[in-house]
Amino acid sequence: MSLLELKNVTLKFGGVTAVNDLTMSVEEGQVFALVGPNGAGKSTVFNMISRFYTPFAGSITFDGEDLLKLKPHNVPRLGIARTFQNIELFERATVLQNLLVGRHRHRRTTLVEEMFFAGRSWREERAHRHAVEEVIEFLDLQAYRDKYIMGLPYGVRKVVELARALASKPRLLLLDEPASGLSVEETQDMRWWIEDIRRQMGITVLMVEHDMGLVGKVSDRVLALDGGKKLAEGTANEVQKHPKVIEAYLGTGAISKTASATGERV
Amino acid sequence: MRFHFKTSYDHDIRLFPDWWNFSAYGALLLAMVSLPLLLDSFFLSEVTNVMIWAVAGLGLMLLTGQTGQISLGHSAFMALGCYTCAILMNAGVPFLLAFPLAGIITGVVGALIAVPALRLHGVYLAIATLALAIITEDIIVILRQWTGGVNGMLAPDIVLFGVEVNRYVNPEYWYYMVLAIVIIVTLIYRNLLRSPLGRAFAAVRDSEVSAQAMGINVARTKTIAFGLSCAITGLGGALMGLFAGAFNNETFTFLIAIQLLMMIVVGGMGFIHGAFLGAIVIAFLPQGLSIVTDSFRWMSVPGLEFGVFGAILIFFIVFEPMGLYGRWLKIRTWFELFPFARRDMFRRQKSYLKTERVR
Repeated sequence: MSLLELKNVTLKFGGVTAVNDLTMSVEEGQVFALVGPNGAGKSTVFNMISRFYTPFAGSITFDGEDLLKLKPHNVPRLGIARTFQNIELFERATVLQNLLVGRHRHRRTTLVEEMFFAGRSWREERAHRHAVEEVIEFLDLQAYRDKYIMGLPYGVRKVVELARALASKPRLLLLDEPASGLSVEETQDMRWWIEDIRRQMGITVLMVEHDMGLVGKVSDRVLALDGGKKLAEGTANEVQKHPKVIEAYLGTGAISKTASATGERV
Repeated sequence: MRFHFKTSYDHDIRLFPDWWNFSAYGALLLAMVSLPLLLDSFFLSEVTNVMIWAVAGLGLMLLTGQTGQISLGHSAFMALGCYTCAILMNAGVPFLLAFPLAGIITGVVGALIAVPALRLHGVYLAIATLALAIITEDIIVILRQWTGGVNGMLAPDIVLFGVEVNRYVNPEYWYYMVLAIVIIVTLIYRNLLRSPLGRAFAAVRDSEVSAQAMGINVARTKTIAFGLSCAITGLGGALMGLFAGAFNNETFTFLIAIQLLMMIVVGGMGFIHGAFLGAIVIAFLPQGLSIVTDSFRWMSVPGLEFGVFGAILIFFIVFEPMGLYGRWLKIRTWFELFPFARRDMFRRQKSYLKTERVR
């Protein structure tokens, strides 16, 4: 059984059909990429999985569990963590505190225990810190541990957001444009991290990304969307060569041109 | 320049990061404990008053500074705490039980009110809570068989461990009682900040969307924040009423709530120290003003106090949004890094009262 399954999912905003009858499944241990032009509905898919939006029709299941029955704050408890396209960090907190918020789904202390810092509080705090330090080590964030987010450059914020998602020890990681706005070197780092996340931590990754170079290198499976509809699915190469994908990105005329350039007949 | 050499995670979890910090607060405690030996009863009452304001301010700070929810209605909860405590004590409940009970009842009522109120954001929440404060003044009059209406109530005598605590007979006892309460409230506040709930408050303040994506139940977290905030402010209100000796519907007007909000802005939003610094300003300003007007042999100027309060508030919002404590942090950083401090080190500051993010 697949880890994440979307079946015939449709979502409309007024007259606009953002996602139209989409079926996809992400297998455990895969790096799955969603590509498509702007407004194709990629982020909308993410927001449906995190339950910010409720689809009109269709079903979304995670490891056999019906996601549509859950409230947004219960989704992370199943082991789904995400990042945002426009970084959504807690600005007036340090990097360490941000990552500790990522541990929130593992909170076991009660209000009264926390008020007096009694009972399990010390033990739990140490355990949270330990888990967070592992992520800091993994992503090389040691230098920024006690820095406030509002003073950090964009590239570092992007990494902190990834770190916060990892701190929750998820089974499925949703990355919304992990490489947008990053320099070539930073994108390179991001690529290795995504590979390590999959290989060392065994976390399944579903990502939205425009950088086809990155997508081609890290993803096992790619799905192209346009206008909320699935255009093509397969390996990065297959999808990139698919005539409908080329049409969506470059227009109808492009197909004949590409075809004539490669000497094929349409 | 000091360095923290951390050898275990406990260093970051502890209340005091290092020996220097621990001794500084130890010295402060020692000074506070020995204060009754140094001051006469008038100034001791003034210091007691500062600490009472600080308790109430800590309550609002938890809501506005930590969780980012504005409230202009906290005078209502001060009144609720005060009347609950007095009514319980008149019914024969000993102070030691009535006082925390008043806090708990205020907290529960606050949390219930929060459920509908916290669906509002920014200015709308401010207006709704302001309405609550104004309504409360009338409710006190309407419920006169319990509250005494416009005639008000006399504060019942406080008996602690068999000793009567009276501000005129033994002001040092009052002082020690309030000191103990302030320390307990501050410790609870600190403990919350270093545990998951405190971080959830900050998360809700800075980004509700991603707080939700991290598994934080935003509505519940806000409700808990409101409840805790009301409980602490209720305790402050109870102390204020008992300390004043008598209170009626005009003791806790909405102006008190605005003063409370002003206090934490001037002190420094989001800092525990801010509540105390703000309390010092609020409590000593009227005295300071009257000393000034007396020495210049002016007639009493009507409205002078609120005029000066307003001017101070505007001054802080424009020139120092981080408040007195923020200013102190900047000065300290300048000395610690001397001569490497840069002018723009604190440039990226924002005010985190989310009124500008109206939804």
